[in-house]
This record gives sequence, C-alpha cells and structure tokens, in this order.
Amino acid sequence: MNKQVDLKNKRIIASNHVALGTKNKKGQTYSDINDIFYNSEQTPNFLTGSEVIREAVKRASVGTSVAYPITPQSEAAALIGELYAEGYVDEYFRGESEFAVMGQCAGAAFGGHRVMTTTAGPGTLRAMENFPMWAGSRLPIEVVVTCRGINSPLSIQPDTLEMYYLLETGMMVWHAETAQDLYDFILKGFIVAEQPDVHIPIAVCCDGFFVTHTKDTVDLSPVEKCLTPYDPYKAPVPCMDMETVPIRMMRDPFVMKSNYISYATHASWQQEVKAAMERSRKHTIPLLDGLIDEENTDREILIIGSGTAVSQSREAIRLLEEEGVKVGLIKIKTIRPFPTEEIREATKNAKHIFVPEFNVAGWLAREVKAILPNNERVYVGPHVAGGMTMPSEVIVEQIKKHLGMKTVPMVAR
Amino acid sequence: MSHYEVKAGPEAYLPPAAASMGNVLPDPGQAHIGGVIVPEEEAYEFAARKFLEAKVPTIFPGPLVLWKWNEHAAEKAKAIRELANELPMRLIPMADYRPKYPKIDAAVEINPNHPNLTIWHNKIDVCIFVGVHCHQANLALKIIRGGTDCYTMAMCAQAGHEDACLSFRDATPEKIRKLTAAVKKLKSEGVKSQAEEFTQIKMTREGRVT
Repeated sequence: MNKQVDLKNKRIIASNHVALGTKNKKGQTYSDINDIFYNSEQTPNFLTGSEVIREAVKRASVGTSVAYPITPQSEAAALIGELYAEGYVDEYFRGESEFAVMGQCAGAAFGGHRVMTTTAGPGTLRAMENFPMWAGSRLPIEVVVTCRGINSPLSIQPDTLEMYYLLETGMMVWHAETAQDLYDFILKGFIVAEQPDVHIPIAVCCDGFFVTHTKDTVDLSPVEKCLTPYDPYKAPVPCMDMETVPIRMMRDPFVMKSNYISYATHASWQQEVKAAMERSRKHTIPLLDGLIDEENTDREILIIGSGTAVSQSREAIRLLEEEGVKVGLIKIKTIRPFPTEEIREATKNAKHIFVPEFNVAGWLAREVKAILPNNERVYVGPHVAGGMTMPSEVIVEQIKKHLGMKTVPMVAR
Repeated sequence: MSHYEVKAGPEAYLPPAAASMGNVLPDPGQAHIGGVIVPEEEAYEFAARKFLEAKVPTIFPGPLVLWKWNEHAAEKAKAIRELANELPMRLIPMADYRPKYPKIDAAVEINPNHPNLTIWHNKIDVCIFVGVHCHQANLALKIIRGGTDCYTMAMCAQAGHEDACLSFRDATPEKIRKLTAAVKKLKSEGVKSQAEEFTQIKMTREGRVT
C-alpha cells in the first residue's frame, strides 16, 4: 500500500558534504543533482547501452567498482575498468566470482565508498545471497543488471526472469526501457538509494542485448559535472565492524537463541528495510517524474509493461490504431517499490489489461493482478522467453484474439 | 486510503512499519504527530505537554550524542541535559546496539533489540529518542509500540521517524533548546510536571555508580 505523494516543484535534496562547485581530481565539478539534470544542456550521443553505463559511471563519483567479467552479455565491467585507468573511479578490481564480487562490494560500502557493479543472468543468481545481506545491512550499493537468460541452455539474449528473484531481496528494483532510461536511472538511483531515510541497495535493470548491445541516441549531461560523493556520515546505521550489529549479532548467539525477542528483532529489522523501500517513493517520484508513465489510460484496453516490452507495446498500439482499436499504455519504471496506487488509479476505467513480458513466469502480470480490483480484467501475456524477440505483431495478435477479432497467426504469414 | 494513526500501544504481536501503511516523513520545517504532518512549531508544544503530563518521562540518548565525536555532538549533549533538568526527566542511555548478555540491566540502559524490557521495568510512559541511528531507532520504536503503552517521540538528526508517535527532523542543539523552552513556557503558565521522584543513575566505564 502506498500513499500518493504530491511533490510537484520540489527540489531533490542530495548530500552536499563536499562543497558544490569544487572540483575532483579529474577536473569535474561537484554539482547539485537538480543542476545536472534540469539546468544543464543535455547533449545527444549515439552509444550502445554498455557505453551508456560507462558514461553514467563517469559522472557518478563512484568510489569502488568490483567486476566479474560478464562479457559477452555486456562490456560494462570492462568499460568501467577503463574509467579506473583514467582516474574517474577510485578503486576497481576483479572478483573471483559473482558471489565474491557482491561480498567485496559490501566490504567497500561498509568502508564508506559509493559502490557500483554490474551483473546478469546466471551471475545474478550466483550472487543472490548477498542482495538481502546488502539490504539488511542498509548498504546503498547500485548494481546494474543487464538481464539475460538464467537457465540452461544458456542465452545471452534478454529474459527478465532474474528480476523475479530480486523482488523480495529488499533492494529497490528499477527497470529501464531504453538506453536513455538506463543513463538517467543509474545516476538518479544513487541519489535515491543514498538518502538517509532510504539507504538500501538498488538494482537498475535493463533488458540485456537489446539495450546493452544496440546503439541509441542518448542525451548526456555535461561530463564536466558530477555527483557529490557518498556521505557515509548520513547512514542510518553506524559504521559496521565486528563489534557492531549486524555483524556482532551474527557472531553472537543472539540469532541462535530460540526466544521471542530475537525473532521479534529480526522481524522488526525486515520491516524496517521494507519501510525504507516505501520511503524511496518520495524521492523517486520527482526524480523520475512518477513511478509510471501513462499514455491514453482513459481507454478501455490497456497494456502494462516494463523494460523493452514497453517499446514493443508502443508499436503494437500504433498497428492496432490503424485497425481502429484504441489502446492505452502504462509503463512501469519501478518494480520495487511497486506503484500500487498509481496503477489502480490509471486502470480504473480499463476493461481489458494486457501484460506482455520477456519471461516464462509472467511475474509482472502476477504483481498487477495482486493489486487490482476485478483482476479478471488482467490478461497474462503475451510471453516470450529464453531470448526470443517479441514482435509487436504478436502483441497485436493476442489482443485481437482476446477481443474476438479475426487474426492471422504471425507464424502462418 | 485511511490514515494510519501512530499511537501508544500495545498495538500488536508484530505491529506494521508506519511507512508500509502509507505514512510519509515530514519535510524540512515540519514534524509529525501521530502520523499527521504538522508545522514544527506545533509539535514543540505538543511534545512539551506530553512530557509534563508523564509520570516517568525519559530521554534515551544514543551513541551519536553520548560520545564527543565532534563539537556539534557535545553541544547537543549539553542541550539534552538542559532538557532533562528542566522537567526533570530520566536519562537512560542507549550506549551501543549490541545485544546484552546474560541479560540487560533494564534499570539503567536500553537496547534497540529489546527496548520493551527497559520500558516495562521503569514503567516509562513517555520517552524521546535522540542521537540514535535511524535504523536502530525505528527497530526500537516499533517494538515499543507493539508491546508497551509508552508514548514515543524522536528528535531525529535526519529525516524523522514514522514509527514514533511524534517526530522532529533535522535535530540541532537549537531545536532541542526550543523544546526545553516550550516546557519552560508551559510551566510558567502553570502546567506542573507530573513526574514521579527519581534518582538519576550515573555510570562510569566500570559500571553503575548510583
């Protein structure tokens, strides 16, 4: 449940413990986030998604990045290595595995650095134990997840099943549709994640290959301006060492004790991480201009999607319009926190709701069904998986079929 | 959606986090009372009245004000002592966040993992957290609300606490002194403290002195 937050015309408050206007060792000026995004000229560049990750990190005053080479899914980790060589990132090294990488990221974050890394597919699953540990330790680490298939046989093409596994880790999960989203979300993700009342990790996800390997025009903020560094003194927890919880707790018999108090503490701790996620709405809404984007949501037929499923849906809507079928669109930008109230409001007039997804589970449709009244309106699909593309014609076909309209199956054309 | 009122418990076996019920934190210049956002000025008088009405009003100073990390922390500590003396209020420290073995001395300390024990032992009916890290404060505030009838307040140096019955944000020594001034003003208007007689405990590194 979430309350609608009215934050029109509010400025984003980010830590400015390092004086704004001073320069870092690369000559970049520490700048206010509002200045970077809203008062500076954004310059168009033609880049792959991986290059966009590099450009965002270049402006993010990242302290530590740990890499486990995940090429060919994305070149991002290697490109961040180049940034280290150029002096834009303070610390960079290679971990022994994705699991090790995420543990090393935790160490750097405990030490007070701004930390980011990348992962994808099987790597995300291998690293999984660390994500709720990050959240429980209130570490505002950012991981860019360039989604790919997770199961055998392997696929480097996009499949968003790994996002399903991230939903209850306690991390914020944002889903970029385009390379432009990816750039914006990476920089803005640090701002939200590091707010003292939020201070939890964030997974900025995109559909790998489609976004990471293809080129797109992306408006970049000036490279001369960068975020102020992370301020560890604003953390809602003390600097953690062996004498400080949660580490002290883990090495004490406290957690083994079979009593109400220890369980109640643990439960309260989990609630607090969820509460921190809820608080992120207030900071995210003005930065992302809402948790969802709406197009013609007064229509009776709606598509709800996230990631590149939104792009495919836009084309499907255009094709349907040519046949006189009018369809609206809801693009979900944040999967966690989930935009419950926003979707309820936007779908109040809808009679048919379609949720196209790049995964076999249909997790987004389940999320939508779980929060909507009269959820028989929600049609689960269409789905593709394992790296298949989702032609817009397939979405058109499903909608027409559901509405009882005559269709020619795409495979028969 | 309906407003979730944050009030003194005992509320539930496991009460929800107020943020998960839709409560949002105040913006700078604001506070919240029971989950309703109010101008900060309004909260000073409300809090002062709560302190004066209480039988066992208590301040829980945390590590951010118990140790002299910097001059700001020392100044805050002085302001807290002034507030305690004005009412008078008990000072029961939350020196760190480690679980206490074999058991907590509930008369003289409080711990975020089982704060209810200290509330119950001392029959504390109104308390204020100050200088406690936000995560640990929220843990404690929820547990207190769940199992005790104590009215909780927070003087938070960051963004405030939805899980307190009343919360200030962006705490400074000046804000703590404004709270003291609000108490003084009410007393000057004839409002008498209902606090029971007590002896303030004193601790050294070796343990309890009085």
